[in-house]
Amino acid sequence: MPQVFSRRSALVVKLVLVGIGAAFVAVVVAGGVWREHWVQALGQPVEQPIPFSHKHHVGDDGIDCRYCHTTVETSRHAGLPSTHICLTCHSQLYRDAAMLRPLHESERTGTPIAWRRVHDLPDFVFFDHSVHVAKGVGCVECHGRVDQMALTWRAQPLQMQWCLACHRDPAPRLRPPSQVFDMASVAPGGDEGRRLAATLHIESTRRLTDCSTCHR
Amino acid sequence: MHADDEPLHFHPREATALTRRSALGVMAAALALASGACSRPPRERIYPAVGMPEDAPGERPLYYASASVRDGHALGVRIGTQQGRPIKIEGNPLHPSSLGATDVFAQASVLELWDPDRSSAVLQRLGTPRERDARPPAATSSWEAFETMWRGRAARLRAEGGAGLRILTGPVSSPTMRAQLAGLLERLPRARWHQHWPLRDVAADAGARAAFGQPVQTVLHLERARCIVALAADPFSDGPGAVRNALDWSTGRDADRNGGGELARLFAAEVGPGLFGARADVRVALPPARIDALVRRLAARIVDGSRRDGNLVAAPAELAFETALVAALASAGSDAVIVPGAALAAESHAAIHAIHQRIGASGRTIDLVAPLAMASEAGSLAELVEAIADGAVDTLLVVDANPLYDAPAALDIAGAFAKVRTTIHAGLYRDETAHASTWHLPLSHDCERWGDALAHDGSATLVQPAIAPLYATRSATELLALVGGDEERDGHRLVQRQWRAHAGGGDFDAWWQESLRRGVVAGGAAAPLALTPRTPSVGRPADDAPTPRDDLVAVFAADPSAHDGRFANNAWLQELPRPHTKLTWDNALLLGPATATMQQLQTGDVVRATIDGRALEAPVWVSAMHAEGVLTLPLGYGRRDAGRVGNGVGFDAYRVRPTDAATAHARIERLHRRHDFAVTQHTISQSGRDLARTVAPGERIADPGLDHASLYPRSTSPEHAWAMAIDLDACIGCNACTIACQAENNIPTVGKDEVIKGREMHWIRVDRYETPDVAGSIFQPVPCMHCERAPCELVCPVGATVHDAEGLNVQVYNRCVGTRFCSNNCPYKVRRFNFLQWVDRETESLKGQRNPNVTVRQRGVMEKCSYCLQRIARARQHAQTTGEPIADGDVVTACQAVCPTRAIRFGDLHDTQSDVVRARTSPRHYALLGELNTRPRTTYLARIAAKTEPKS
Repeated sequence: MPQVFSRRSALVVKLVLVGIGAAFVAVVVAGGVWREHWVQALGQPVEQPIPFSHKHHVGDDGIDCRYCHTTVETSRHAGLPSTHICLTCHSQLYRDAAMLRPLHESERTGTPIAWRRVHDLPDFVFFDHSVHVAKGVGCVECHGRVDQMALTWRAQPLQMQWCLACHRDPAPRLRPPSQVFDMASVAPGGDEGRRLAATLHIESTRRLTDCSTCHR
Repeated sequence: MHADDEPLHFHPREATALTRRSALGVMAAALALASGACSRPPRERIYPAVGMPEDAPGERPLYYASASVRDGHALGVRIGTQQGRPIKIEGNPLHPSSLGATDVFAQASVLELWDPDRSSAVLQRLGTPRERDARPPAATSSWEAFETMWRGRAARLRAEGGAGLRILTGPVSSPTMRAQLAGLLERLPRARWHQHWPLRDVAADAGARAAFGQPVQTVLHLERARCIVALAADPFSDGPGAVRNALDWSTGRDADRNGGGELARLFAAEVGPGLFGARADVRVALPPARIDALVRRLAARIVDGSRRDGNLVAAPAELAFETALVAALASAGSDAVIVPGAALAAESHAAIHAIHQRIGASGRTIDLVAPLAMASEAGSLAELVEAIADGAVDTLLVVDANPLYDAPAALDIAGAFAKVRTTIHAGLYRDETAHASTWHLPLSHDCERWGDALAHDGSATLVQPAIAPLYATRSATELLALVGGDEERDGHRLVQRQWRAHAGGGDFDAWWQESLRRGVVAGGAAAPLALTPRTPSVGRPADDAPTPRDDLVAVFAADPSAHDGRFANNAWLQELPRPHTKLTWDNALLLGPATATMQQLQTGDVVRATIDGRALEAPVWVSAMHAEGVLTLPLGYGRRDAGRVGNGVGFDAYRVRPTDAATAHARIERLHRRHDFAVTQHTISQSGRDLARTVAPGERIADPGLDHASLYPRSTSPEHAWAMAIDLDACIGCNACTIACQAENNIPTVGKDEVIKGREMHWIRVDRYETPDVAGSIFQPVPCMHCERAPCELVCPVGATVHDAEGLNVQVYNRCVGTRFCSNNCPYKVRRFNFLQWVDRETESLKGQRNPNVTVRQRGVMEKCSYCLQRIARARQHAQTTGEPIADGDVVTACQAVCPTRAIRFGDLHDTQSDVVRARTSPRHYALLGELNTRPRTTYLARIAAKTEPKS
C-alpha cells in the first residue's frame, strides 16, 4: 500500500503540530507577561488629576509619610490627605501654579479631589496598615522607593502568593520600628531579622497563613 | 410599535431570520469584538475629605448615643457608624430602657434609614380625586413651596385664633415637641391636638380611671419579683419597657441560680402564645373572658378576703393554674406583680391595681407614673372624625401617624379625610395617608435628626443624628417650628433651647456634651405617683360574660415583626421568623386546635372572618398553644402603600376592627381555598433527640457529650480558642440575635418563595421546641457550632472550609465552588447557600448599610456564622498595634451584644477567668448532638425545668 502522505507533506504536518505547540507556549508566556505588565501595571506611572510627585515631597523635601497619610499607624487605611492637609503648605507655596488648580478648586467648591487608585486590593482582602507598620514592615517593602517616583506607580504585584511569601517567612523583611518610614533603610535580615521577629512578637507562621487572617 | 388593533405575529422563522451560518458569523464577530475590548478594569477613584472630620474615619466603628423612638417612647441605642455611615444599631448600656440590649425593631430601623422606598421629597396633590378610592395625581414639590402655602394659611389662622386647624400625631413623649405643641395651642386657642395610636390599651386607661380617676402607665421592676403573673399580656415583648423587663427578669434569675435560691415563679394565662408564656412555669391558654373571670376571683380572694368561687365553670387545667397561682401569690407577698393585657376588660385592670395595693406590690415591683406619651389634653381620632363631620376642620396636619391605614374601620377615616380642604401629612414613607393628603412632607429618620423622647420609666433621652439627612427631610420638631411660626428652625438649636432651662444653671455646654455622650439626661426618671385605688366593685362574682354559641372572640394584637404596620416595608423583619409560628412574610389568623377541629380547619385553610358586618379573608394557623373559642388577628399587614417590600403582604386586620378596643365578636366561615405559608421550622418535636435539654433545679447533666474517643487528630489552638456558650435558661426567643447578625454580616433576604424552598440565609436561627418538661416552649438559638472535628471540612473538595489557628471553622468564599457537600454533611444545618444573587448590588442607598468589614457574598458560595470574625480581627489588630493582650470581653459578637437576657457568652477557652469558661463548668452544660463527637465550640446550658407542682 502506498504511503498516503509524501515525505514532504509529512514534514509539513509535523512542523504544523510543533508550530501549534509553540504558539500555545507563546500565548501562555505572553499572557503572563501581559498580566504582569498590563493588568498590574507594575512600574507604570499613573496619571493623576494633580501630577503629585512623591519624589519631590519625600525625596527632596523630606516630608514624613505620616504627615499626609495620617491614619497609617492607627487604621486599616493609610489615609489620603484631605485638601486641607495639602493646603497647610500650598496656601502659601506655589499658590498660582496651574497644576494646583484642582486643589484650590476643591477647597473652593468643597468637592474632593478624585485621585486614581494605584494600589488596589480585591474587596475580599482585609489588609491592615496599622498592624504591618507596628510590626516593623517598612513602607518600602510593598510600595517601593516612593521617594524616587515622580508619579506614583505600583512596585509590587500585590498578589496572594506575593503576600504569602512574607507571611510564611517574615523575618528577612522586618526592620526596627524606627526605620519603618525610612525609604532608604534596608531590612537587616539574618539573625538580626529573627531577633526583630521575636522582639516585635510576630505571630506564628500558622497564624499568619490562616485564611481568616486576611479574608472574612 | 404595534398599533393596538394590529395582531402580533410570533412565528419563529419569520421573527428571526437567523440561519446556522449567520449565527456562527455573529458569534465570531462577538468574540472578535470582546477580545478587542480587553483591558484592565478601570482604575478606582479615591475621594479624600476636603477637611478632616472631627474623628478621622478609620475602619473602627464610631458609636453615637441616640434613641430609637417607637410608639412615642425612646429605647436608648448606640448607632454604630463606619466611615460616616450608620450601619448597626446596638443598645446603650447607660440607658434605663436598654442597659445595652435592644429589640428587633430598633436594630432593623437602620435598614429603614437606607430604604430606597423612603420618602425623599415633598409631594403636592394636583386636583381633587374623582372617587374616594382613585389615587389623585401628585407632583414633586419643595419645602419652599410648602412654606409659601403655609405662610398664607398661618396668617389667616392667626387672625381666627386657629379655628379649623387640627394636628394629629401618634404617641408623643418628646419634651421639645410637647412644649412646641403647647405653645402652638396657646397662640391658637381654637386649634386642637389629637392623638391616634392603634395599639393604645383603652381598657387599661379605663381601668386606671376607674381605680384612680386618672390614666396611669406602669413601670415594672421584675428583678425584685418572686412571682410574676401575666394575664393576656406579654411583658417581654409588649410596651416600651419590654427589653428592660426581660433583662430584669434574667438578672434576677441569674442571681437566684448562682445563689442557689428559689427561682422566681412565672405564671401566664394567655390567649395566643407569647414570649413570656413560653418561659412561664405554669401556663394556661384561656379566652379573655375566662381570664377576666379569673381576675375577679383573685380580686375577691385577695382584696375582699372572700373565699367564694362563684358559679365557676372552669376546666381542670384552669383550676390547677388558679390553685398554684394563689399559693405562689401568697408566698411571694409584696414581691409579686400581675401584668394585665389589652384584651382584658377595664374592670380587670382596675381590680389588678387594687390587688397590687393590697399585697403591697405598689412601689416595690410596680410603679405608677403619669402617661408619658399620651397627653390628657389631646383629643382622640374619633373626636377628630366627629369634628370633621361637623365641618369644623379646614386644615389637618398629620405628623408621623398613618390613620388611613391603621384607624378602626368603623370610623371611615378616608371619607373624613376627603372632607378636609387641606390635609398635610408628614412621615417617613409615602404611605396610605400621604396618598390621601394634599401635601406630603418627608420626615427625617431617627438616625438623621435631633430630638428627645422619654424612656419607659420617664428618663429623658436625647436623639442624636449619626448622619446628615440623606434627602430633603426635616424632623417633626423642625416641622412644628415651621408650622408654629418659630424664628428658630434648626432642630439642634430647638432641642438645645428646650433643655437649656433644665440644665440647672452651670455650664450648659458641658452639661449638654455629657448628656449627649450618655444619651440620657441625668436624673430624669419620672417620679412615681402615690395613688390609692378606690375599692373596686369586685365582691360579687359575676357570671362569665355570655357569648353566643357559635361566636368567637377576635383579639387584635401587634405583630412580632410588623408591629402596628410601620415596619411592613422592612425586609429583615418580614423575613424574621415569628417566634412561635416560625412564619415569615405573612400574618395568619391564629386558632386553637379544638376550635379548628370544630370548624373543620387546618393550618393553611383560608377563612372569611366577619366582624360587625365587615369581612376579611385570612389564612388560618392552628396553634396548639392558642386558647379555644378565640382567634388572634395580627395587625400590621395588608399594607397598600408601604413600599415595594410590604405592599400586599398578608391581610389587613384593621379593615374589620370595629373600635380601638383589642377584642370583638367574630364569626368565621371556611372558604375551601388554601394558602402557602413560608415557614422556617417545620416541626416542633425533638423526635426523641435531646436537642434543647432541660434539667431539674440543681441537677447535673450526666453526659454533656463533649469528648468521646476519636481517630481524628485533635485540632489545637495555641493562642486563643474562641468559644460560645448559649444559656437556654435565659433565652426568651425574641430574635434580637438573628437581626443583629443580619445587620452585622451583610446577610441578604430572599423573599417568600425562596423561604418556602428552604433557602433563608440567617446565620443564627432560633429553634423552638415543645416538650413536656416545660409549660411553654424552649427556644434554642443555633449559630455555627465551630466543631473542632468539623464534618463539613472533610467533604469540601476545594478546601474552602478549614480550621484556623484559633479554632474557628472559617469559610473561604473565594475558594468555594458551590458543591454544597459541606451543608449536606453538617449535622446542625447552619450553612447557607447563595442559590441566586440575593444581595442587591444595584440599589445605591442599600450599599450604605453594608458593613465594610465583611465580604458581600455573591451567587454560588456557601456562607455561615463566622463568630463575627471581623470583631475578633478588630480586637486582634488593636492588641497587635498596642501590645496589650486581648482581655475577656474585648470580643463581643453581634448576637451577644444585643441579647436582652445575656443568654449568649463568648470568649477564649484559654482564659480560665473568662465568662465562657465559667459557663462551661456549669452542671447544665452540654453539647448539641454531642454523640456525634464533633466537639463543638458552641455549647449550651440546659433550661431549668419548672418545679413540679404537688398534686392537690
